[in-house]
Amino acid sequence: MKIHEYQSKRVFAEYGVPIPKGKVAVSPKEAYAIAKDLGGKVIVKSQVLVGGRGKAGGVKLAKTPDEAEKHASNILGMDIKGLTVRKVLIDEASNIKSEIYLGITNDREKKMPVMMVSAEGGVEIEEVARVSPEKIIKVHINPLLGLQGYQMRDIAASIELPRKNWKEFGVIAMGLWNAYNGSDATLAEINPLIITEEETLLAVDGKMLIDDSALFRHHDLAEMRDLDLETESETIAREHDLAYIQLDGEIGCMVNGAGLAMTTMDIVKLFGGSPANFLDIGGGANAEKVGAAFRIILSDPNVKVVLINIFGGITRCDEVAKGVLEAIEEVKPDVPMVVRLVGTNAEEGRELIAAADMITADTLADAAQKAVAALKEA
Amino acid sequence: MSILINKDTRLLVQGITGNEGLFHSQQMAAYGTNIVAGVTPGKGGEWVMDGKVPVFDSVKLAAEATGANTSVIFVPARFAADAIFEAADAGLELIVCITEGVPVKDMMRVRAYIDQIDTRLLGPNCPGLLTPGEAKVGIIPGNIAIPGNVGAVSRSGTLTYEVLYALKEKGMGASTCVGIGGDPVNGTNFIDVLAMFEDDPATDKVVMLGEIGGTDEEKAAEFIATKMTKPVAAFIAGQTAPPGKRMGHAGAIIQSGSGKAEDKIKALEEAGVRVAKHPEELPDLLG
Repeated sequence: MKIHEYQSKRVFAEYGVPIPKGKVAVSPKEAYAIAKDLGGKVIVKSQVLVGGRGKAGGVKLAKTPDEAEKHASNILGMDIKGLTVRKVLIDEASNIKSEIYLGITNDREKKMPVMMVSAEGGVEIEEVARVSPEKIIKVHINPLLGLQGYQMRDIAASIELPRKNWKEFGVIAMGLWNAYNGSDATLAEINPLIITEEETLLAVDGKMLIDDSALFRHHDLAEMRDLDLETESETIAREHDLAYIQLDGEIGCMVNGAGLAMTTMDIVKLFGGSPANFLDIGGGANAEKVGAAFRIILSDPNVKVVLINIFGGITRCDEVAKGVLEAIEEVKPDVPMVVRLVGTNAEEGRELIAAADMITADTLADAAQKAVAALKEA
Repeated sequence: MSILINKDTRLLVQGITGNEGLFHSQQMAAYGTNIVAGVTPGKGGEWVMDGKVPVFDSVKLAAEATGANTSVIFVPARFAADAIFEAADAGLELIVCITEGVPVKDMMRVRAYIDQIDTRLLGPNCPGLLTPGEAKVGIIPGNIAIPGNVGAVSRSGTLTYEVLYALKEKGMGASTCVGIGGDPVNGTNFIDVLAMFEDDPATDKVVMLGEIGGTDEEKAAEFIATKMTKPVAAFIAGQTAPPGKRMGHAGAIIQSGSGKAEDKIKALEEAGVRVAKHPEELPDLLG
C-alpha cells in the first residue's frame, strides 16, 4: 500500500528524522494561511501517488502567501498521470547545497532488507541504477540484528559525507530503519536528503510503501489508504477478500487460485482472446463471494463473455455452481458464459448448471477456445 | 521412494482445533497420513478426530510425547512466524506452513533464523506436499494424483492440481508433488526441490510450475543446465500479467522490469527445458 509524501515524512519524523516545517492544505485559502504562518518562502507540493510530480507542474516555489495561494489554486484539481490532486503540502523552503538519496527496500534475492544510498539524490533512483549503478551503495541489514552503527559510518564514508555530519546522518539512517521496520514497510525512501547551506541534513521528500499483509498490526497506517489508486471494482473486491485486477480485454475471468487465474488469462490470449481481468475467488468460495465476483466482472463494460474456470480441491464445484446460479438470478447478465468445473463435486456442479443457459467445457484449452468463439459471435 | 514425506512421516498439526486445521487433518488422515499429534495452546489434554489424536499445549511437548518429525501449520497469519519458530526450536525436521498472508518482515526473520539450523521449511502460502499412495501434508486433494515417476514442484496451488489431474488423465503419476508457495520470501525454493528429485530413485522426470516475480525460475534454469540429468518440463504463469501489479500471490509481481514470464521462459528453454504453451501440454512434453 502506498502512502503520501506528507504521511511518509510524518512517520519518519516520529522516528527522529528531521523534516521541514509544513502542513497539508485542501484549499487555496488554507494554503495562504499555512504559508503566512510559516513565513518566508514555501514549496507547494501536490500530494498524489505517482512519480514525476515536478515535471507535471505539481511542485512550485512560492515567495509570498499570495503566491502560495495562487499555486495551490492551480495545483489542486490538477490531473497528474490520471490522478486528481486533492491535497497540497505546504513546506518551508530550504536552501539546498547538495542532495543525497537514502532508501531501504527488501532484497528479494537475498531475503533481507537493503539500505541504498547515493550521493546523487533528487533524481529517480531507478534512473541512477540504470545509468550508473556504481553510484548506488548497498548495505544489507540482517533482519534479526537491525542496522548497525558501523554500517551507517561505512555508508556516510562511501558517499564522502563531511565528517561533521556523520552523527546527524546516523540519527537519520537509524530513524529511517526504525520507521521501515516499525511500520512493516517494503520501501522507505528519502529523496532527496539535503545538505542545507547551513550545513545540516533535512529530509525534504519522503515515500513509503507498506506491506498489505501486515496492516492488521498498523491500523493507523491502514487508514491512510488512498482509494483514488484503485478502481471502484478493485475496492469492492478488496472488501470481499477477492484478488481482482482490471485489464483492458473483453473476456471476464473468474477462477479459483492465483496461479490458475493467471494461467486462464494466458490461455485466453493464446487462443486469440484478451482477458478483461485477473480474478481469484480464493479457496472455499461460497455463494456470497461468487456473487460479488460476478457483479465486479460484469460492471466492466468491456466484458463481452465470462469464463468461469474452477478446479475443485478445497473449493467444492457444487458450491460454486450454486453461487453462480444465485448470482445470475440477481444480476441477470446478458453476456454468454463459459463454465468449466473440474475436481471435487464437479458432477454435482455440472448437473446444477445444466439447467442454466451456459456453455460448458471440459479442458482448460476447450474453455478458452469456446470463450473466444463466443466473443466472435457476440 | 519419494522426497520429504512418505508413509513413515509422523505428522504434527499446529492449529488442529481450528476449522481449517481440523478439516484438513481429517482429509490427511483419510489419505493414510500418520497424524500423531495436534497443537493448540490452551487446549492441551483434549483429543480430536474421534479421540484418536491428542492435543498438546506446545510443539515441544507434542514432539517429546509422540516422536513427531514433521509439522504442518494452519494458524492465522499473525501467529504464523511464532508457530514456525516454535516448531524449529522443538527440533522438527520439516515444517510446512500453509498459512497465506504472513507479513514479509516476519518471513525475513524466519529465513534468517532457519538458515542457521538444520530444519527445512516449506511455504508459507503453499498447498503442501503429496506423495501419492503414501501421505499428504497440507491441502492438495488426494484424489487428483496417482503414484508414478514424475516429480512436481510448483509456486501455485490449483494450477498444480490442474497439472496433476492432466497427468492422471494420461495415466501418468507423481513420485512427490511439492508446493513451495507464492510468497516472495519462503523457506524452500525450486533449486532445493530439483536437487532432491535429481537424487530420488523414484523420480525419472520433473515438471516445474513457475510464475512471474523474482528470479527463482532463472536460477532453476541454471541449476537444471549444470546439475540435472533428469528431463524437466515447465510452465510459467503470468505471460499476460501487467507490470507493477501483484497477481494474487504476494510474490507474483513484475518489478522494475524484473520477474517477467518471457525472461523465465527464455532462461528455461536455453537450459534445455521443454516449456509448455499451456499446462495441458505438459503430459505430452514429459513423454
